[in-house]
Amino acid sequence: MNNINIVLSNNKEVAQDKFAKLKTEGASLYYGAFQALRNVTLDMPSCAITAIIGPSGCGKSSLLRLFNRMNDLIPQARVSGNVELDGIPIYNPKIDVVEIRRRVGMVFQKPNPFPMSVFENVAFGPRRHGIKSRFELAEIVEKSLRHAALWEEVNDKLEQSALALSGGQQQRLCIARVLAVEPEVILMDEPCSALDPVATLKIEDLMRNLAEDYTIVIVTHNMQQAARVSDMAAFMMMEEDRAGVVVEYGPTSQLFTNPKDKRTEDYITGRFG
Amino acid sequence: MGTEARLSREVSQRTAFAFLALATVITLTPVLFIIIYTIINGASALNWEFLTHFPSQAGKAGGIFPAIVGTFYLMLGTLIFALPIGVLAAIYLTEYAKDNWLTRLINTAIMNLAGVPSIVFGLFGLGVFVLTFHFGLSLLAASLTLASQALAMVVTTSREAILAVPKEYREGSLAIGATKWQTVGHIVLPQALPGIITGVVLAISRAAGETAPILIVGAAFFLPGLPQSPFDQFMALPYHLYTVSAHVPGMPRSTMWGIALVLLAVVLSFDVLAAVIRIKARQRK
Repeated sequence: MNNINIVLSNNKEVAQDKFAKLKTEGASLYYGAFQALRNVTLDMPSCAITAIIGPSGCGKSSLLRLFNRMNDLIPQARVSGNVELDGIPIYNPKIDVVEIRRRVGMVFQKPNPFPMSVFENVAFGPRRHGIKSRFELAEIVEKSLRHAALWEEVNDKLEQSALALSGGQQQRLCIARVLAVEPEVILMDEPCSALDPVATLKIEDLMRNLAEDYTIVIVTHNMQQAARVSDMAAFMMMEEDRAGVVVEYGPTSQLFTNPKDKRTEDYITGRFG
Repeated sequence: MGTEARLSREVSQRTAFAFLALATVITLTPVLFIIIYTIINGASALNWEFLTHFPSQAGKAGGIFPAIVGTFYLMLGTLIFALPIGVLAAIYLTEYAKDNWLTRLINTAIMNLAGVPSIVFGLFGLGVFVLTFHFGLSLLAASLTLASQALAMVVTTSREAILAVPKEYREGSLAIGATKWQTVGHIVLPQALPGIITGVVLAISRAAGETAPILIVGAAFFLPGLPQSPFDQFMALPYHLYTVSAHVPGMPRSTMWGIALVLLAVVLSFDVLAAVIRIKARQRK
């Protein structure tokens, strides 16, 4: 166990004397014969935001999907090495994938509310996990929507179709939908790439608030966004055979102001990517 | 650019449009002709007695009530067997079966099944349901025979409807810890339902018009009463029409066209129903 003290970019000092919430050790991902990720080793601290940045196609989303086993949906996907949630190896065959996905929620690039009412969208997860009482569901829905900073905007249209909301509202609804199943980790795959600047700022504020209670991992194309919201940052690149590797990982402030690797520096100063 | 070049461009464009329009008209003509011709010739036969009475004098007088009832029973029987089995098979093929050569072979086989001549299905029904399972010449055997034929279309259209459900919905559901089965039941099926219903309705309406298969698995030209159980023989509109047209001398033409009109109305009303369901579902989104 590493005992490191790091100053996070928002000046919150975190004593890393506990387990990292998410951890990968020499993790590789293959789609058939193609290697998508090579030898990824990361420790993601609890209740902080870790950003994964890098050029298109370098495997950022594949890495993110490693943590909730979403890659399982792709035929012929195979993982080697170790991926741990709270010290539990999640690729152990005895692990219940459904439970992992409940604990590790995910928000997608394009807002994907279900074609049903706002209420039913948020209640969907709790219902599937066996909560039937309308009263209890209503409480969860309100709590989740408040937590996702959406309650004020939608409390009078809970029965309306979620597809009628704006893009930014839809994305916050998707976050509320994840919060409703009480996850510990929230994975975000370029959550703002389909949104306008104002909606983006709202989501970023929300992420900072959520980081009080949740471990957040975000994939982003936008380096300013990574610099604004994240505590830790990982820079990824593609190697010759198109396998993604983590070039550098550290506190965001350090990665952006004093990168150790020449390639990181080239990328963040805009020389490529 | 010269005026001449523009003119020749316009001419070729107009000519192309004219040909496309002509092709459309040629396609529509037989359909419209059949419908109009059937109405003109058959409308005079339609009256309350025709629809609600049993036939007499070998169909030359009386009505076609038992044939209408028989056709509805057949449609119901086909629905009962083809809908659940077809939809479940489609779910399995799209959501659970691994994408390998066997699955692709099965998908191709099912699609080609729709092209098997219906008389072959009739023979299959005779061999399997009538003789081997001892259902006899009956409504049950005929329903199962028609359902076997309808299955191909139900599976194919249901598969397409299920595949058309966006991947994002499935991922959103799985990513909050819903199981695969919950995702299928609560997200995929409700979304695919309009497409599935459309396919089922079209398959059933096609089954209603089949003559060849039921001819050899239990349709009767005349029965004194309505079928009392699934093991009874039955009358049906297409078979009735075939027999009175081919085997009853001195049959009034208007009666023949009247039967055709009723059969056409039954089949077309189901097609319209399918269209309405599709349009409603599109509006809801």
